[in-house]
Order: sequence, then C-alpha cells, then structure tokens
Amino acid sequence: MEKMLFKRIDVPNAADITVAEKHGAYSQVGKAFGIKPEDLVNEVKRSGLRGRGGAGFPAGLKWELCARVPGDVKYLLCNADEGEPGTFKDRFILEQDPHLLIEGMIIAGHAIGAQQGYIYLRAEYPKAAGILEKAIEQAYAKGFLGKNILGKGVKFDLSVHGGAGAYICGEETALIESLEGKRGQPRSRPPFPASSGAWRKPTVINNVETLANIPFIVALGAETYAKIGEESAPGPKLFAVSGAVNNPGGFELPMGTTLREIIYTHAGGIKDGKQLKAVIPGGASTPMLTADHLDVKADFNSLMAAGSMLGSGAVIVMDDTACMVNVTAVLIRFFEHESCGKCTPCREGTGWLYKVYRRILSGEGKPDDVDLLLSICESIRGKCFCPLGEGAIQPVLSSIAHFRSDYEQCVNGRGCGREEQCRKVLH
Amino acid sequence: MSAQHAGRAGQTAERPERKSVFSNDLVERIEKATLRYPDRKAALIPALNMIQRELGYLNRDAVRFVAKQLSIPESEVYGTASFYSLLGWQPTGRHVIHVCHNLSCSLLGAESLIEHLEKKLGVGEGEVTPDGRFSYARIECIGRCDGAPAILIDDDYHGNLTPESIEQVLEQYT
Repeated sequence: MEKMLFKRIDVPNAADITVAEKHGAYSQVGKAFGIKPEDLVNEVKRSGLRGRGGAGFPAGLKWELCARVPGDVKYLLCNADEGEPGTFKDRFILEQDPHLLIEGMIIAGHAIGAQQGYIYLRAEYPKAAGILEKAIEQAYAKGFLGKNILGKGVKFDLSVHGGAGAYICGEETALIESLEGKRGQPRSRPPFPASSGAWRKPTVINNVETLANIPFIVALGAETYAKIGEESAPGPKLFAVSGAVNNPGGFELPMGTTLREIIYTHAGGIKDGKQLKAVIPGGASTPMLTADHLDVKADFNSLMAAGSMLGSGAVIVMDDTACMVNVTAVLIRFFEHESCGKCTPCREGTGWLYKVYRRILSGEGKPDDVDLLLSICESIRGKCFCPLGEGAIQPVLSSIAHFRSDYEQCVNGRGCGREEQCRKVLH
Repeated sequence: MSAQHAGRAGQTAERPERKSVFSNDLVERIEKATLRYPDRKAALIPALNMIQRELGYLNRDAVRFVAKQLSIPESEVYGTASFYSLLGWQPTGRHVIHVCHNLSCSLLGAESLIEHLEKKLGVGEGEVTPDGRFSYARIECIGRCDGAPAILIDDDYHGNLTPESIEQVLEQYT
C-alpha cells in the first residue's frame, strides 16, 4: 500500500512548510472550501472513517452531531495526548509532519463550523511542542490560518495547549476540563461534547491520526478512500510496535493487517530468536492475547471478536521469558498512579489491585490472591465514571485467563527464582 | 502532594512586599497566552508550565503570582496544579532526568537502568545531586517505546540505553 499518513515522514525537513507544500501539504484546503460544510460532513460519513484514538466512534457522525447544533461559537480540539502506554503513533505526525495535522484541522473546522481549534499536547512531548508552534506560525504567515484563509472568507485560528502530565486527559471530557484550566477529571455525559463541550459550546474532539486522514478523504473522495483496508473500518492505520521485537517502530498498514504480519514482517519478529508469549494489541488497557491469536486481523471488529480491542494500535510484544505477573503489576502500578480519584471503584480498586500485586511480587502472595484479584476486578467492572477503571482491569483479567500458571507459580510459596528482578518494579 | 509544599498557609497578610522573582517577560507571556482562550483561566496550565520552566519548580509565590495574573483564587490555582504529575513542588537539578518505567521500557531493562542511575548519581528519586547538576524522577510512558528503555533529560530524548551508554549521555550535560 502506498503510504498516506506517513507520506512525508521520510521527507527530510517536512515540518517546514515550504518542503511540506512541495510534497502536497495544504493542497486539499482549497478543494474542501469549495464543498459545502454539510456535504463535507457527509463525505467523511460515507468514507467510513472511525476515530483512531481508541474508541473507534464514526468520525463523520461525531462531526454531524456537532455541526447540527445551532450556534456561532464551536470548537475543534485535537487530542494529542497519546498517553496509553506503548502508544507513539501520533508522535511521528506531530514531530515530522505537523502540517498534515494542521491541514486536517482547517478542513474539519470548516466542516463543523468551528473557527477556533486547540491541539491538546501531552507534556511528555516537549519536542513536538516547539515543532507544532513553529508550524502553526508558518501556516499563519502563508495564509492557511487566520481570518480569511486563502481569501475565501473562512476563519480558523489554531493554537497548542500543553498538558502537564495526566493520562486521564486523553479522555475527552477530562481533556476539556484540563483545557479550561481545571483538574483533569471527566465530566458526566450527557451532555456530550458535541452539544456542550469546551466552555459549554459545541465541540468536536478528534485524535491526531483521525484528523490526519481528512485531507486524503477530500483528495480521494469517500468512495475511493473506503476501499482501503477493512470494509467495517476503512483507511490506513498507524501501528506502534514495541517490546521484545527486532525492529520496533511506527508502521502505516491497511486496517485489518494480521498481528502476525505486523509483528513478524514489519517489526522484524521476536528478539534474540525467542518465542512470542503474549501480545497487547492496542495499548495497556486492551486485553492481552497469546501466540494462538497471531492470525487475528488488527481492526476494531476482528480484535473485539478475539476478546481484545484495537485501541490505539499500540502493539506491545512479550517474549517467552516474560513473567506475566510482573508485566501486569507494571501496568497496574500505572493505572493506580493515573486514576484521577473522582470515582471510588477506580480510585480504590486500582489501589487494591496494586497492593495485591505488591504482595505477590514481594513473595508473600497467598493461593487465594488470584481469585482476590478477580473479585476486585468485578467490583470495578461497569461501576466507573469513565473508561479508565474498565481499562485497568483488562490486563489483570486477560493475564489471569491466559497465564494463570504464572500467577500460581508466584503464590505457591516455592517461588520462581526471579524474585529479585520482580521486586524492582515495586516502586 | 500535601499543602505544606505550597508554602505556609495563613502568613499571607504579614508577608512584606518584596521584589517579585517573576520577570516582566513572564508576565507578558502569560498575558499573551490568555488571549488564545475565551476565558483567562484556561491559561492556567500554560502559565504554570512557563514558571516551572523558569524556576524549575512551583511554590507558594508561584501560586499567588499566577492567581493574580489570571484573576482567580489561589485555591483554584493550587487545586489544578496539584493534579498534574509533571508539575513539581521541590527544587530540581539544573537538568531533570525523567526515566520511563512503563511496560515497553520495563521489558527492556528500565528497572536496571534506574538502579544504575541511582548508584551513579548517588541520590534517590526526587533528590538533587550535591553539585546541583541533576535530579531524577520516574515517569510514565513518554512515547519513545521504539527506543526503549528511554529517558527524557530536560527536553531531549535518549533511547536504547544501557547502564554504560547512560553514563555517556550524562556527560553531555554540565
């Protein structure tokens, strides 16, 4: 497949607007402005594009819900807070081709009737911050942003809003709270951001990769775009592969590429000639799979059918030397740290889970602890205010389902001989 | 984060006026940031980030200063500031080392790297080396998993680190 989202990734200095323009950046703005906003929304609906942040909500429908709300003031937010452990796909666009994102946002703004956009950028991406600021400045200087874009009377202002270290701000209502200068705690929904979002105005929040697809939908037309990848979720997909592989990195592949092809063909197979033990297909909060699942296609529906999720497309690979109790403890340590504290099942539940993992990894686990972990998960499941708690229990449930023997070895009192190594993660 | 980190509550009234440590440039930059939003309060996190960049950390004076600049109560400033992991309340070294300890880095040796780093620097997490050169902290995923184990020193990423190569990296920072 010819690269689209990563088209300019290998072009030296593509973050510079002159270089980017030479390679096609902003070429679709004029065309998009010639299309009526409601037709543009329909085009994105017909393209079948689903959000690339994790939830997979149809992008065109999200736009339509916002566009239909009456009002002059609307906002377009780009979620550049990719904090899901293992996820680094958006980083390539943010650092190496920021103009692709800006072009997508200009077009999206026109479609939904937003004249102001913000890129909510995670604090862990300081390099991207400088690059985006400069790219936006260049886009203003060239007339792609501002009061009268391309002389067509379209207004769109854009700025970067830096976060300060909080995974939860990737959740869209927490992101809005954070943008407004508050603690990043999720809001109750409804009302949904489409009708009442930033400063209670109609708001669309799209992931970086989602917005990066927009210029290509405009360029190709919905019909041609919809032929790429899977029928149920068309388009290219960015995968970020890390862990025990020879060639970790970001790969643009058609939606629906199998895990086997992603891991063995593109990411170079398992390091040091070892065997694959487990794979997390979509970031820390998506259930782990095993070597038996390698032929599952990486798309929303196929991974769901296999008991996991596409999530953010962050593929983390564990080889056969990995202890899945240790792996899960690291993830629970993360979720416990990042729980925002707003709702009890998540705040207390992630804390309890981590306490039990601490006990197990300290060598003081009891045989009942595995069932205790499962029972804590049941107290979290379906009871949380936002998806964080639900995500936190996925690695626990899936690691116990697939690798219960790892747990049993930890709690049987005889140990595994690697306790020293394990205790190091008990931070 | 306990309230004592933000300073001594209740002493506000007696505190004599003294020269602000916050530059006019900072005042201007915060003012400029407010123009980007329909509500001044939205410039709060950007303002706190700017101050931390200048001073290395936040304190009671910073909270009071931002509250005044944005015309919001100090309690709101502290309420927001205390939520975010990367806003800190303790002095830092000239260079701040953030070591990622999340899964992809952990799988490829982050914990051994941290152990080595602590030994090399002679300080624990959150402490400053006696020469003031470094402080270090663990951090959640920095999105450099393709270069695991990876760290951030100030704004620079370093990846594929080993206990040996991290020593060479540290030498670049004076």
